[in-house]
Amino acid sequence: MMNEQRIPEIPAEKFRFIQQNEKIHDERIKTKPIGYFKDAWLRFVRNKSAVVAFGLIVFLVLFAIIVPFISRYDVTFRSGYYKTMQPRNKWFVGSGFWDGGKQENLNKDSFEAIRAIGVETGRNVIMKENRVYTDSKGVEYHDVRVDSYYRVGFAYINLTQDEYTKLQQYQTEKNIQVIYPLSATAGTDFLQGNGGANYWYKLQNEASTSTGSPLLDEKGQLIPNYLTSAERNRAGYDSLRVSWDNGGPEGNEWLVYAQKNQSGYRVRVDYYEYFRYLYGQEPSFLFGTNGYGQDLLTCLAAGARLSFLLAIFVSVFNFLIGGIYGAVEGYYGGAVDMVMERISDVLYDVPFMVVATLFQLHLANTVGVLPSLLFAFVLTGWVGMAARVRMQFYRFKGHEYVLAARTLGASDRRLIFKHIYPNSLGTIITGSVLAIPGVIFTESMLSYLHIINLETSSLTSIGTLLAGGQGYLSTYPHIIFFPALFISILEISFNLFGNGLRDALNPSLRGAED
Amino acid sequence: MGKYITKRILLMFLTLFIIMTMSFILVKLLPLPAVREMGRDVNLILARREKMGYNKPILVQYYLFLKNVITEWDWGVGEQMYEGLNVWSVMMQKLPYTVLVNLYSILIAIPLGLGFGIYAALKKNKWQDHLISTLVMVFISVPSYVYAFLIQYFLCFKLGWFPLQLESLGKAGSLFSWRMFSSMIPAVLSLGFGVVAGLTRYTRAELSEVLTGDYMLLARTKGLTKAQAISRHALRNAMVVILPMIIGEFIGILGGSLIIENIFGIPGVGSLYITSINVRDYNFFMAMSMFYTFIGLASGIVNDISYGLIDPRIRMGSKK
Repeated sequence: MMNEQRIPEIPAEKFRFIQQNEKIHDERIKTKPIGYFKDAWLRFVRNKSAVVAFGLIVFLVLFAIIVPFISRYDVTFRSGYYKTMQPRNKWFVGSGFWDGGKQENLNKDSFEAIRAIGVETGRNVIMKENRVYTDSKGVEYHDVRVDSYYRVGFAYINLTQDEYTKLQQYQTEKNIQVIYPLSATAGTDFLQGNGGANYWYKLQNEASTSTGSPLLDEKGQLIPNYLTSAERNRAGYDSLRVSWDNGGPEGNEWLVYAQKNQSGYRVRVDYYEYFRYLYGQEPSFLFGTNGYGQDLLTCLAAGARLSFLLAIFVSVFNFLIGGIYGAVEGYYGGAVDMVMERISDVLYDVPFMVVATLFQLHLANTVGVLPSLLFAFVLTGWVGMAARVRMQFYRFKGHEYVLAARTLGASDRRLIFKHIYPNSLGTIITGSVLAIPGVIFTESMLSYLHIINLETSSLTSIGTLLAGGQGYLSTYPHIIFFPALFISILEISFNLFGNGLRDALNPSLRGAED
Repeated sequence: MGKYITKRILLMFLTLFIIMTMSFILVKLLPLPAVREMGRDVNLILARREKMGYNKPILVQYYLFLKNVITEWDWGVGEQMYEGLNVWSVMMQKLPYTVLVNLYSILIAIPLGLGFGIYAALKKNKWQDHLISTLVMVFISVPSYVYAFLIQYFLCFKLGWFPLQLESLGKAGSLFSWRMFSSMIPAVLSLGFGVVAGLTRYTRAELSEVLTGDYMLLARTKGLTKAQAISRHALRNAMVVILPMIIGEFIGILGGSLIIENIFGIPGVGSLYITSINVRDYNFFMAMSMFYTFIGLASGIVNDISYGLIDPRIRMGSKK
């Protein structure tokens, strides 16, 4: 208005009609129509955090599905020697992080014992020596980073004749030494160092059955102390030998590589190589192992699988039962609603713990732990869904379009499923998705508290893993760290995704917290 | 109002009765735990079971159970744990631990939660709000036991500020001694995160909705400063919804958290419940289940009634 423009006069003959004799039609809409779900999708992708959360969920689901297939181990795998191993990623070896190492403060004897393993196997157990110090009492301590895989060292195992022959063949073929000569202390019951298998050198005090100080020669080297025999007692051994053993008598005696016993042979093996022989790969666990020697990566994936399956089943059942129950309540209203509401009221008020426990006590033996847990979840879980659906039905059943459909003669069933249900679908889907993190959390809590016992030979759950790691919290925190991290990410992503879904499907509820 | 409250309470007892009947029947259908012979007189236990009517039909047993509970408040004695001790008195011994831990966490959480919530609502859609909302999302989603593990590892083990487990009463002197309090802090913190986050989210949502109301504009137009308008009008109206939630939380402290009690070795009602399930002590299990059901029902009622008391326009479930 401020800079008012003067329109110059336009002569009348410059105007002409665009059309004079034809009819004007509305132009056809050329763009594609945007339906409810398309609209919701457009809103959803604008919500960046929900999209990221959805990506994370997809990743975790894929993790749970794929890992058990590609993993060389399964849940039943329990290594008696590789317990509480640190997480190790082959790409990180040497970096001082995620390399299977553990910071330890060792006294001199323990330090020497661990170093001696490295001397015999040729794999250096000590990854890094930080410092050596002497405390006020004059005891020498070593602050070192120890490779938890290499420190396992040697073990005495029993093999049958067949296994013994095969192992020797493997040795000769691959030129890898697995069987080492027995230690002179093989008969003694050592408490530490895998029953004394790691003491292949002379100790200052031979009688000691605990950690002993090594006896060193004049060059400061460990003195080998292998079992020898005057007879040519090699128990059928003709494979690789320790480097300085030429297969002949040392002095007047031969080194003993195996002892015959009732079942076969007792041999002393380098367990790292023996593991490789058994499983075809080096012992290396991406997430480490827990206190039972299970591979945490595989267990976590198996536990996640269980959680996802349970949550999805619960969601689907709640969706079906709650959806139909709520629809009937809301659609018919009146006395039907009154009676049905009282029933769901009572169920709503029963604490879930009580239901879960009672179902567990009654049904676990007949139908199994998992189905009875599923029943317990469904028994109380559908109530919330029914309440939501009921509210939606109350909202929509009085709308003109429903009345119009009724006037046209639509049956009750048609009205419910064709006319009202689609309108409440957004609420129902959101409710189903937002129920999933709750189910997963509750399941982990119940199995953590041992109220449900999901731990069978081939089954595990996140809660069981957490419970198994609790005792090692201060010494091996990684056992509890991975399951805890997993469930935290899972819960956060599901909540973000659920909220994003709610905002997208019911834009009117945006920002509401229920 | 009185009529409304009476009606709600009567309905609550009806619900409680139904749940109790169902639980009792389901529990009694279970086989009795076998009598362990180690160091016990089997005949004595069998005789006690006979005397307590365990061999009678279930409905007769239920009648006896109800009679004992209603006339003498006798919930039976422990069979597999706390043998021969009265179930109710054992529960009452355990209750203070649970209540104290939860009370501390709520008392710490309320001012923090309200504060963050109000701040976020006032700074709505600015970076402060986004930061708080994101943190709230994270803290609400992460399970409470994860905080417990983190606190136990870092604060208790690495830094050594607190003991790993709750101090025993004998060592700490009394329930209210400083030593007891400091050993409760890890549990209090682990419980607190969730409560703070929940309260923040709730306060923010309510307050930011109230702040958009027309009467807020009117208050400002009348000449009130922003602070006056918020404290006199917005907060008061937001409190109508927030306060019942806080009151409900206070009832909930009786129940406590099963998992936190387990992690920090708190001898509260939660661990009593878990033990009763694990050793199959049905008397304890019945009493505890009813206790939890009652708490759930009571907090619901108190919540609804407090709505009515704070804002007389609201009467949940009443006709008008």
